[in-house]
Amino acid sequence: MTDMLRLCDVSKDFVLHNQGGAEIPVLLGASLTVNAGECVALTGPSGAGKSTLMRMIYGNYLTPTGSIRIRHEGAMVELAGADPRRVLAVRRRTLGYVSQFLRVVPRVATLDVVAEPLIALGEGAEAARARAGDLLRRLNLPEALWPLPPATFSGGEQQRVNIARGFAHPYPVLLLDEPTASLDGANRAVVLELIGEAKARGAAIVGIFHDADARAAVADRTFEIAPLATAA
Amino acid sequence: MTSSSEDLDAQPLLAVEDLAKRYGRHMGCEAVSFRLWPGEVLGVVGESGSGKTTLLNCVAGRLTPDAGRVLYSDRLGAVRDLHGIAEPERRMLMRTDWAFVHQNPRDGLRMGVSAGANVGEPLMAVGARNYGAIRSAAGDWLAKTEIDVGRIDDPPRTFSGGMQQRLQIARSLAAGPRLVFMDEPTGGLDVSVQARLLDLLRGLVTELKLAVIVVTHDLAVARLLSHRLLVMRGGRVVETGLTDQVLDDPQHPYTQLLVSSVLQP
Repeated sequence: MTDMLRLCDVSKDFVLHNQGGAEIPVLLGASLTVNAGECVALTGPSGAGKSTLMRMIYGNYLTPTGSIRIRHEGAMVELAGADPRRVLAVRRRTLGYVSQFLRVVPRVATLDVVAEPLIALGEGAEAARARAGDLLRRLNLPEALWPLPPATFSGGEQQRVNIARGFAHPYPVLLLDEPTASLDGANRAVVLELIGEAKARGAAIVGIFHDADARAAVADRTFEIAPLATAA
Repeated sequence: MTSSSEDLDAQPLLAVEDLAKRYGRHMGCEAVSFRLWPGEVLGVVGESGSGKTTLLNCVAGRLTPDAGRVLYSDRLGAVRDLHGIAEPERRMLMRTDWAFVHQNPRDGLRMGVSAGANVGEPLMAVGARNYGAIRSAAGDWLAKTEIDVGRIDDPPRTFSGGMQQRLQIARSLAAGPRLVFMDEPTGGLDVSVQARLLDLLRGLVTELKLAVIVVTHDLAVARLLSHRLLVMRGGRVVETGLTDQVLDDPQHPYTQLLVSSVLQP
């Protein structure tokens, strides 16, 4: 088995300088290895730090202590404290992230939002749009919506655009934050299929699934994050 | 945005070392250092008076710094010290390799001559002489910046603010610069016009693999355009990093205040 992601003794606290320097510890000594073709579900009560850990892996949260290494183009690369340009290179090729919110330029068409990660990797615009269209069709997003920017879409429609964007490029490592939330049964099944296919091609996946059935359907094991007692 | 240079060991296009500019006893900017690679967009954020425009002007060769160096790697790979070279050489670089987009299009355009001439002039300044070729290139740039080519003979004073800003961008990019400086490029525009301009800028930066330094006080603009951020306060850089990291997990007290002070629509 190939290890794709190795977290070693990762801790995080937030220091709120404008709240009298309040220190909020969130994670203490988390260690986790995820292999190719494996899906690990992060579990724990709301506020325990599941999304925080995911953002530390993605790099939009800093990792002050511990190590987060990822297999990028054949070699393990340290992400904790990495140069921003290295993080961007890892995100472009290796590390995909489906967040709970879609953040895009207001005027860009849905089809281009989904195709963008492929174009950034040098794929031709036609091929990238074709792949984007396949995914949107599979996720039952009406073709009439493709030329429109997703800003005015419903929550479920935006979520499907977000998922299509996250699955457009076959990332070796995928982070999924509540990918089935706000989806109906049929679309939920499509997302679980996509996750299954990603595992089958060897992707390492870290997911947060509040829906226990979804979690049971795709996760190989769970990783419990216990809330830390906040200093009162 | 996702187009910064892949090769981490490549030589930077620009290296700024310990730059300082003082206005009498008042500090413009102090001890600023950063590097920039081809295809990379660096956002400089901070409130008015934080020194971000002073920094931009020193780096762009429009102001002479009191200390520090600006090193530019030219098309042949030779490193040139911007404030160490002779004035004509610096002017040549600014014409051929660099471009500046002002907040107010009136500062970057000639309002009395036609749109086509505004785009054609920088081409002539780098040696283009054939009238037909210049006019056709100007037309292409108008189309690229979403200006009706039928307006090519109209002066920009007859254009709306958004059109003027797009024309300024066409004029600044026409001669094929490698490095573009932007001072609040979407400031003063209506929100819907801003969105269109941001989309246009993102597309052009990726397509032309430009290196860009963009000064803005608007954190949403910074998030959409830039790969990395410098946060400035009182003339100094207080925080740097990956754009979404600085905005989602700010470390410095000032950055935390700045991020938490933004109104959410």
